[in-house]
Amino acid sequence: MESIFFYSLAIISIAAALMVVISRNPVHSALFLIVTFFCIAGLFALLNAHFLAVIQVLVYTGAIMVLFLFVIMLLNLKAESFEFEKLLNLKILGVGAGAFLLFEMLFFIIKSSSNISSAGDVSEAMLQEGNTKMVGKLLFTDYLLPFEITSILLIVAIVGAVVLAKKKLEE
Amino acid sequence: MIPLSHYLILSGILFAIGIFGVLVKRNAIVIFMSIELMLNAVNLSLVAFSTYLKALNGQVFVFMVMVVAAAEVVVGLALIIAVVRLKKTPYIDEINLMKW
Repeated sequence: MESIFFYSLAIISIAAALMVVISRNPVHSALFLIVTFFCIAGLFALLNAHFLAVIQVLVYTGAIMVLFLFVIMLLNLKAESFEFEKLLNLKILGVGAGAFLLFEMLFFIIKSSSNISSAGDVSEAMLQEGNTKMVGKLLFTDYLLPFEITSILLIVAIVGAVVLAKKKLEE
Repeated sequence: MIPLSHYLILSGILFAIGIFGVLVKRNAIVIFMSIELMLNAVNLSLVAFSTYLKALNGQVFVFMVMVVAAAEVVVGLALIIAVVRLKKTPYIDEINLMKW
């Protein structure tokens, strides 16, 4: 049962990720990327990371992709024109680099032994308390300082976006 | 239970597709989407390691990566809007302000 879910989600996510890269209309790319993010959220849920699955749907598909679609429609982008001779070298380079990196990663993943020793033992507590409670406890005890720094980061990002994207008044 | 290496292979394939998109696409926004895809591939491998090692620190890392990705998307899209307004094109091979 678990493997059926895993392999179907994996195949859908890879196909949608390929469509993100292949399709020429940026709106289609954004919609296929939403499909990929939903599949990754499903994989998070399959890995017992329920909190991150919900956050993935809320933040990525809910906030980030809506922002992407807003910007695509704001800029009124057309589908990419196909200029073969201009792009041929770039495509060969891209396929070569991507394939090289992929084979390198696959080689080391398959070569490395798959029996890993567990670093902690949270599975029993996770069954009792739930994943969200455990992650929340960790965020507010061990990782309290980074968690607070992220709030500063978000404020800086908001201010920076407003400053960068607004039109100059004198023009 | 699915072996850990299958999650890592899936993550590697998604990452390679993201790299392919960054290198091949001309549209700045689609390049940005490919970067998001790469971030998600790394998140997937972090969560897989976190579950298989029975340590929740990896999930906290993924949370931080998501926060940084959200901030990065906001600033990056604002930059893209500013550049497209200036140069009237989203294609990066036509935006060569610093080349010559």
